[in-house]
Amino acid sequence: MGRMLNALSQRDLELGPARDVEPTGHFRVAKDDNGVVWMVLDRTDKRVNTIDRPVLEELAGHIERFEKERPAAIVIRSGKAAGFAAGADINQFVGASTAEIKAALDQGHQVLDRLAALPCRTIAVVHGHCLGAGLELALACDRRIAVSDASLGFPEVMLGLHPGLGGTFRAPSIADPVEAMTMMLTGRAMPAKRARSIGLVDAVVEERHVAAAVEAAFYGDLRKKSPSLQARAMGYKPGRQFAARQMRKKTAEKARQENYPAPFKLIDLWEEHGGNPRAMQRAEIDSFAELIETETSKNLVRVFFLREKMKGLKDGSSGVKHLHVVGAGAMGGEIAAWAAGQGFKVTLGDIKLEPIGGAVKKAAKMLEKVLKDPLKVRDALDRLIPDPDGLGISHADLVIEAVPEKIELKHKIYAAIEPQLKEGALLATNTSALPLADLAAGLKDPSRFVGLHFFNPVSRMQLVEIVSHDRISSETARRATAFAAEISRLPAPVGSAPGFLVNRALTPYMAEALVLLDEGIPKERIDLRAEEFGMPMGPIELTDQVGLDIALDVATSLRERLGENTLPPAPDWLTKMVEEKRLGRKTGRGLYDYDDEGKPKKIAPEALPDNSKDDPDMIDRLILPMLNAVVACIDEGVITDEEIVDGAMIFGTGFAPYRGGPVHYARQRGIDGIVQRMKDLAAKHGPRFEPHPGWERLKG
Amino acid sequence: MNSRPVYLVDGARTPFIKARGRPGPFTPVDLAVQCGRPLLLRQGFPVAAIDLVVLGCVNVVADEMNPARVASLRLGISDEIPAFTVQINCGSGMQSVDTAFRYIERGTHEIVLAGGAEALSHSPLVLRRGAVEWFAALNRAKSVGERAGMFAKLKPDYLKPVIGLERGLTDPITDLNMGQTAEILAHLFDVSRRNADAYAIESHRRLGEATKNGWLKDEMLPAVARDGKVYDHDDGIRPGTTVKDLGKLRPAFEKPYGKVTPGNSSQITDGASWTILASEAAVEKYGLKPLARIVDSDWAGLDPSIMGLGPVTSTAPILKRQNISVADIDLWELNEAFAAQVLSCVAAFDQPDVTDGVLGLEGRGGRIGHDRLNVDGGAIALGHPVGTSGNRITLHLANAMKRLGKKRGIATECIGGGLGGAMLLEAA
Repeated sequence: MGRMLNALSQRDLELGPARDVEPTGHFRVAKDDNGVVWMVLDRTDKRVNTIDRPVLEELAGHIERFEKERPAAIVIRSGKAAGFAAGADINQFVGASTAEIKAALDQGHQVLDRLAALPCRTIAVVHGHCLGAGLELALACDRRIAVSDASLGFPEVMLGLHPGLGGTFRAPSIADPVEAMTMMLTGRAMPAKRARSIGLVDAVVEERHVAAAVEAAFYGDLRKKSPSLQARAMGYKPGRQFAARQMRKKTAEKARQENYPAPFKLIDLWEEHGGNPRAMQRAEIDSFAELIETETSKNLVRVFFLREKMKGLKDGSSGVKHLHVVGAGAMGGEIAAWAAGQGFKVTLGDIKLEPIGGAVKKAAKMLEKVLKDPLKVRDALDRLIPDPDGLGISHADLVIEAVPEKIELKHKIYAAIEPQLKEGALLATNTSALPLADLAAGLKDPSRFVGLHFFNPVSRMQLVEIVSHDRISSETARRATAFAAEISRLPAPVGSAPGFLVNRALTPYMAEALVLLDEGIPKERIDLRAEEFGMPMGPIELTDQVGLDIALDVATSLRERLGENTLPPAPDWLTKMVEEKRLGRKTGRGLYDYDDEGKPKKIAPEALPDNSKDDPDMIDRLILPMLNAVVACIDEGVITDEEIVDGAMIFGTGFAPYRGGPVHYARQRGIDGIVQRMKDLAAKHGPRFEPHPGWERLKG
Repeated sequence: MNSRPVYLVDGARTPFIKARGRPGPFTPVDLAVQCGRPLLLRQGFPVAAIDLVVLGCVNVVADEMNPARVASLRLGISDEIPAFTVQINCGSGMQSVDTAFRYIERGTHEIVLAGGAEALSHSPLVLRRGAVEWFAALNRAKSVGERAGMFAKLKPDYLKPVIGLERGLTDPITDLNMGQTAEILAHLFDVSRRNADAYAIESHRRLGEATKNGWLKDEMLPAVARDGKVYDHDDGIRPGTTVKDLGKLRPAFEKPYGKVTPGNSSQITDGASWTILASEAAVEKYGLKPLARIVDSDWAGLDPSIMGLGPVTSTAPILKRQNISVADIDLWELNEAFAAQVLSCVAAFDQPDVTDGVLGLEGRGGRIGHDRLNVDGGAIALGHPVGTSGNRITLHLANAMKRLGKKRGIATECIGGGLGGAMLLEAA
């Protein structure tokens, strides 16, 4: 943004008569000449509006006054640039008793019911984020005007909950019921235009027309969309029963009911009470209070805070404006494209032009999917500059090397790059296998060298391991961590040990799956068990996804470095498959065969032969070695903060989020039990199950 | 005249991409961004030091009005830096250099980005007049019956669009296609088909040599399309072509006796080029290494039917002003619109009735040796993206002068509509 627009943008937000009034608490309230009251929510204690008890209590006080004063109309909007409101304050639920939660919910519902019952017209104007309780507040108004940048949604399901401040009954009665349900079930936010088309908001306008739109709403020119025939059918139970069946089916494709009960409870709620708002309101409060007590919800709230904690590792700015990536292979290309999409100027170097072309092609596809807006895609691609001559190196504030894992090659590249680096520039490696100390050997200034270990695909895997080494400066580690956060990824600082955290933990999981496969257990069954446990992808499919060549490489090198007893040897047939270039998903054939869309061809579990092999120990054989590796990492100081460990495993491997992370899971399950179980497995299957001594220390 | 020295310090172009009957991978601005990004990366000055952006472009596409501004912003240049587009048909890319030259010379600007961009493959298809009227009437039709009636009036040729490019290459005053103006020159200067073909083959050979020897390495930078395709060479070049091959081609414009064929004409291509001009102060401040100094420039007109002689008429005033003669010019970049047109210019420079009689050169005319003319080939081999060519030849002249250690050079082009532009460079 240029200087002029930047200076003028302060003027943009339309606050009506409340523009210049002093705040009273979290609201700024003023009445215009027509008797229309503008209430501007502008929390004094936060940069983003959240809806919590103090805000609701304050709102109640204003409503009480309006009940007497009877203004011509009431406009509610936010004074924050970021948006209307980000939802309820999750902190208020942590550690609260069921009775307290229920009381708080009852009180909140009363406030919104009173707002809804005001005789004057109430108009919510929403911009930016309008989520959860924020959206529920807007839904309690008579009319909703969305500014075109608004993004509306109910993210509660991500926390193992459903809306709890009236959303479950207000949203389906205001918007198209099936669409409203889908919105609450998926937790996905929708843009303003889409919200208009499903009836969730009544108008979409640019910020500059907010005052005119409010006037139109006031004079009744802003009409509500009349519900469709299908929507009306949802007022009747048979209609809802039919729709609910579809919803259950779709939801089950994404989440298991036993692991994630909230969406299924929401469907039950709606199916039963959908035609009766009062009954549904009652049921919503009860159901919400029950859900918030579930382990799933507690763990998902934990995951939310883990994410916040990882984001919070950012301390100051990275100072990076220009990123140079060396190597336009799969990872280098992805990192470059992602950073360009996040607003950074990126030069992408490679010795050959063709891989750069391939990277640009993939970048275009990914950015179209992620950014959607064609102008943003164009700008991001303009920022992603093919750089076969490495011109960007001397301009870059950060150079990330992402070339094949050959130490001589990397040394050669560093020797060429280092003299070109500008003062204060960082040099990073995306290595997943090589020790950083070895890589740093030969650098003139190893203090600016750091590992930035991204995961594939960067656009979906949020974790970045920030790998340190003996000679790294704290400033380098700080800036690298900040950079990861600035590109909307989650940093986890780790030491330079074999496989760092994530690969070290995942490799035993995948390796054991191959042993199980060797024992004659169908691969579909192995994957299914892992998915039932809550892993996003079974280990066999994951091995295909990673690539058999890479999986073999990583497993072999880890086994060499960590000792033969830590991992089972890679089966001979795996080496043979790699030689035959059956490398997994990327070649269309691996442990599974793949269809044209890259989906594995699996036999349905119920279609597996009745006499096919199984092992009741299977899930522990898969999961416990993973936990053992995690414990080893903590014990060896690869990563020390248990919460960051859990976050890293969830955001780097997809470790069952509803279990709250591997360490949390181990503690919940009981460390003694796990240790005993591992000893039993070791006796049966070999020393790779021997519990790491770190378990004892973990008990504290 | 109180004027400051102006230097051409660097420049780069995209590979020229032959138009293949449908829109190519890049719009004019896309092309300008493609070669502008790496060019700016290799500069010794910060992007913020650029004072002005000027871009020549003839066929502006509807989504990119003022392509200079669009390109400037997409290159990440500050929104406070002005950018404007210039258009003098085939001279646009040189007009941008000329404009930058004048701004710096007069002392108000220090560093100016001056380029040319053209995507002839994106030329619009234009509806015939009758078809436009028909669509307008259809829009006015209210009832279903009226609409149905309109469809009865639809004539088959309404659906046959006019190719905008064809109209663009036709002079409206004389209704002569550019190729026809070359036919006229071939006649007036007695250029044979065989000589024209031989010239064309030499152009391909020279460009082939220059490419092979890496002489274009810093000048032509690769472009990468969204679909991942890499463009790293001029794809119109055919180095193996023989006189016999070209002899088989039919005249393109005036059948059956014409001499101008697709083989001895410039190709229709997409491409962009940028040059960077800097004042002496900027050169010193940032330690820039100039390719050449821009000494003088001029424009001149003549009858549109003989527009191909524009290089002769526009060079003349410079020769007079600088008091130099044809023989003093070590290198010439004379844009190859048509082989017959280039050869006519060469002939005209050596004919006293033209040089002295018409242009008053007082004996400054002379023979331009082929070893000084378009030494690395030209538009016949690599194509003529109209708004870009003037920029490319200026840049290439500077690069060639530096490579060959030559003192003085002229870049000049003919301009559809009866104009010519010329620019005199000296070793820096």
